[in-house]
Amino acid sequence: MRKSIITLLFLSTLTGIFYSCQTAERIQQDAYYVNGRDLYIKHCQNCHGANGEGLGELAPPLTDTVYLKENKTQLACFIKNGLSAPVTVHGKVYEGKMPDLNMADIDLAQVIVYITNSFGNKQGMYSTEQIAADLKKCK
Amino acid sequence: MKHLYSAACALLVSSALFLTSCKENKKLPVYGLRETKTIKNADGSAGVDTIYQTIPAFKLLNQDSVYITNDHFKGKIYIADFFFTSCTSICPIMHRNLKTIYDKFQDNPDVLFLSHTIDFKYDTPSVLKKYAKKLGVDGPKWQFVYGPKDTVYTLAEKSYLVAVMQDSTNRDGYVHQGFLVLIDKDKKIRGAYDGTNPEQVAQLMKDIPVLLAEDNKADKK
Repeated sequence: MRKSIITLLFLSTLTGIFYSCQTAERIQQDAYYVNGRDLYIKHCQNCHGANGEGLGELAPPLTDTVYLKENKTQLACFIKNGLSAPVTVHGKVYEGKMPDLNMADIDLAQVIVYITNSFGNKQGMYSTEQIAADLKKCK
Repeated sequence: MKHLYSAACALLVSSALFLTSCKENKKLPVYGLRETKTIKNADGSAGVDTIYQTIPAFKLLNQDSVYITNDHFKGKIYIADFFFTSCTSICPIMHRNLKTIYDKFQDNPDVLFLSHTIDFKYDTPSVLKKYAKKLGVDGPKWQFVYGPKDTVYTLAEKSYLVAVMQDSTNRDGYVHQGFLVLIDKDKKIRGAYDGTNPEQVAQLMKDIPVLLAEDNKADKK
């Protein structure tokens, strides 16, 4: 009896150690996610909501995983420069104007990591370098 | 045995206290300036009456380009606020919260809503109509009104006690307080709640039935 308890404890400690080890990239993604959440609360939540639910037809929700995946390279442009062209999210057209938030590349990366890994999205890491490349291609 | 007796006594007293505290009629305070007036009582003696601050008569264009006056709110309680459609700071959250209240009291004809725009340059009735539709509001229950700068700004600061101003240094062009002001059937101010604070919005939701109950009782007298 005692032996089995000790073995169990030993095994659970081992698995604990194993799972607490994360890859460097994963740690960086988590850091971006946490910072991104603060930025989201400050700049985005007013209109897009605490759960990314949007606001009526004034602000689109951020729960359309397909839209966010297909337009991922444009998200940085939308946030930095604002958006006045209509967008179709969840099959509904949103015409309202989004203000330009003019954030630094690192902030854009963090807030995009937060949005694309919340509200049902699960797209993983997005780096500052990718943001810089995206911004060069802004329409 | 003695302990049991005193415990029972304490229980009795506390439950009696609890019951009486529940029975007490809750009343909302009256805000704003007030003055006194000497009046003649029915029996001829002199008395003093309190004159409370009330919302003065107004006439403003609504989202359907129809003039709205105090008559629309006669015998109703309403929640008033000041906003503008292109506002990116506190207005979306204020109206998100107000919309929740609107949805909750949708079927109650005694509760109305009145939003004033402070952007007298851009927020014409047609813009307000589009905004209301996008917010998911339709019908006369929630009015969005537009008026000349002087009229609306004076109404805000002198009557509803909400600070509003034009500010060229702000990126949106205007700054204002996010209060949701609760007005009773007698046009008196009965509460002001920060529309961006979830706790205060929850309090407003609790206070509306209290004010409604109070008015119903006054009617029966």
